[in-house]
Amino acid sequence: MISLPIINFSVIYPEIIILVTAIAVLIADLFIKGDRRAPISLIALAGIIMAAFAIHAQWGANVSGFSGAIIVDNYALLFKYIFLVGALLTLFLSVWYLQREELFSGEYFFFILISIVGMMILSSSNELITAFLGLEIMSIPLYLLAGFDKGKLRSNEAALKYLLMGAFASGFLIYGIAFIYGSMGTTNFDEIVRALSSDSLDTDPLILIGISMIVIGFAFKTAFVPFHSWVPDVYTGAPTPVTAFFSIAPKAAGFAILFRLLTVAFSPIFVNLSTMLWVLAVLTMSVGNLIALTQRNIKRMLAYSSIAHAGYILVSLAIGTSKGTEAGLFYLLAYTAMNAGAFGMVILLGHKGEDDLTISSYGGLSRRHPVAAATMSLFMFSLAGIPPTAGFIGKFNIFSNAISAGFIWLAIIGVINSVISVYYYLRVIITMYMKPEADSVTTVTYPPSLLVAIILAAWGTLHIGLFPNGWLLFIRESVVGLYQAL
Amino acid sequence: MLESFFPILILFLLATITPAVMLILPKILAKRESDPVKDAPYECGIPAEGDARERFPIKFYLIAILFLLFDIEAVFLYPWAVIYRKLGVFGLVEMVVFIVILLIGYLYVIKKGALRWQ
Amino acid sequence: MHLILFIIFAVFCIAGAILVIVLRSPVASAISLIFVMCAIAGLFALVGALFVAALQVIVYAGAVMVLFLFVIMLLNIKEELITTDEKRLTRYLGSALGLAFVLEIAYFVRRGLAFGSSSLYLPVPKEFASIELISTGIFTKYLLAFEMTSILLLVAIVGAIMLARGKGRRDT
Repeated sequence: MISLPIINFSVIYPEIIILVTAIAVLIADLFIKGDRRAPISLIALAGIIMAAFAIHAQWGANVSGFSGAIIVDNYALLFKYIFLVGALLTLFLSVWYLQREELFSGEYFFFILISIVGMMILSSSNELITAFLGLEIMSIPLYLLAGFDKGKLRSNEAALKYLLMGAFASGFLIYGIAFIYGSMGTTNFDEIVRALSSDSLDTDPLILIGISMIVIGFAFKTAFVPFHSWVPDVYTGAPTPVTAFFSIAPKAAGFAILFRLLTVAFSPIFVNLSTMLWVLAVLTMSVGNLIALTQRNIKRMLAYSSIAHAGYILVSLAIGTSKGTEAGLFYLLAYTAMNAGAFGMVILLGHKGEDDLTISSYGGLSRRHPVAAATMSLFMFSLAGIPPTAGFIGKFNIFSNAISAGFIWLAIIGVINSVISVYYYLRVIITMYMKPEADSVTTVTYPPSLLVAIILAAWGTLHIGLFPNGWLLFIRESVVGLYQAL
Repeated sequence: MLESFFPILILFLLATITPAVMLILPKILAKRESDPVKDAPYECGIPAEGDARERFPIKFYLIAILFLLFDIEAVFLYPWAVIYRKLGVFGLVEMVVFIVILLIGYLYVIKKGALRWQ
Repeated sequence: MHLILFIIFAVFCIAGAILVIVLRSPVASAISLIFVMCAIAGLFALVGALFVAALQVIVYAGAVMVLFLFVIMLLNIKEELITTDEKRLTRYLGSALGLAFVLEIAYFVRRGLAFGSSSLYLPVPKEFASIELISTGIFTKYLLAFEMTSILLLVAIVGAIMLARGKGRRDT
């Protein structure tokens, strides 16, 4: 008789809820035809809310299941909240857009939900094989979502580029996992941290190859320079709500696993990895910001800006302490709100077909639609890191922690970068307030679902910026358990 | 253990050598002259029009990829079959979950008419 | 005997891989890839991973290669339309970096072996990679990974149908 494993099903309740919802959406789509399919999005909404309750019920737990493959702690749960918020915002951003572009179908919501399942597993995986499968479950729906607008060449191009790059990255990742397993005989994080010591890299250099390749694999997903080449085309070509989703959720998922993997599982040799992260952070911040300066297309600009923001979070990862992790997670939270808002405004101000997305098409917006212009300015201010917005507190947190941890040069480079970034964010605001009206008159309609998303995002951006203490405590509570065992 | 594969190795070698010989011998022995008429698909018949390599309808590809996916599903049944007695009810349940999730995929395939040949 | 077989399979494998990228006809490249897959299956069998070897032949050399050939036929690229990358610099730089990557790994593997502390030196257990061991692993320790595979396959099924069926909205 084989000894059966201890399953502990309760650890994946949120995942199961989302999975069942996704399947319900898929089946509903099969049996409901044509224009009556709008309620499908409500099923997805209900599932997300139920999963949020399940996560709420798990808060404070610290249990593992499936023979140690999955761990549920506050850290994972915080990320699951972020994914659900990302999915919720995307849902509200999508409904009207999908109807405008005549793309509405159940598969869209199915892909979003399945992708969320993958991210949730990724954030609570405590083992490399599970993490790899989580990444794949997250990624394959993303490739499909990028190409969801089948009739558009740009969308097809986006899907193909993303798929090829993603497959390449998966190759790196699985090769790295093979090296780790080959040299340590385990893929479990708890066993890895026990087997490692500070001189492990000298006695077993294969570990260095393994962990570097794993970092490369995840770096493609979180779009660090030099693994970012797919970002601009994919972000520009994909339908805009999908781009918003790309820039929020998968990025958070990538960081979820990177923080746990590098600062917990590989903590005994983190000092050796820190330099690599330092270089990646500098490259990611600088290249993202410098190329964003020259962009005329708003989606392309936001694509490069999202690369730069990943660079700021990388700074907090390079610090490698629990304080650094807190700062990084806080920034992710702020970034989720402000970036979703910015993309929401791009959807709101776009036309059917999205032929013209140049920044100059926003010229004179403040005179015709003052509220829209003001909201867009709020998100731009926050992305640029100007008080009293969430972006400012986030950046302040990261750089002050970097300085107190001794990463002075990294903090200086980061500050220089955020000064550079002010230029291109302010250009959008200047165009809206000071430039003459664009030729193509933007007729703005205000669909309720889209407004809900934008108001939520604006509330988040302002609330995190004005009352950061509650949020900081919330994040401290979620990070504290992560480093207890060390 | 590997010794038991010796017959397969022999077969493998035979299968490699035979076609190689069959391909190489005529090159050496037979005299070949070619001209456009001789190279045509039908040497004495109606001249061929266009290329035989046409673009395929995507339906073929869809069938192939669905085959591949369900093939991978079947692959997991082999290791399960080896130990399902030892796993008992537990093993049955986990395989049922696996199959049910894929059955939903199958339902989707049928309902969307992906296997219908229009 | 092991060594001879290893050399045969390794040569097949590398020669096939080189042919894949050197041959100009896509179909010929695909056929060489089948060679590579079969040779890898042989290598797996040599280290006793018989189940993996069988899968390699069934799934890769069989099913996946069918897909490759289908794609080639779907696109139906004429040989004269295949343009090689004329940028000399990228080509040389790419080869150089690729070579550097291989050397790097070779160096580290060598160093790992020299230290001897690496578990590369641990004796391979007798029942290593037997189908029973794999089965037990899949259905007990890696149960979650197994169930997750079905989700992955489900998404792939839905995705394939979504992409392949129905017309796009418009062509721009």
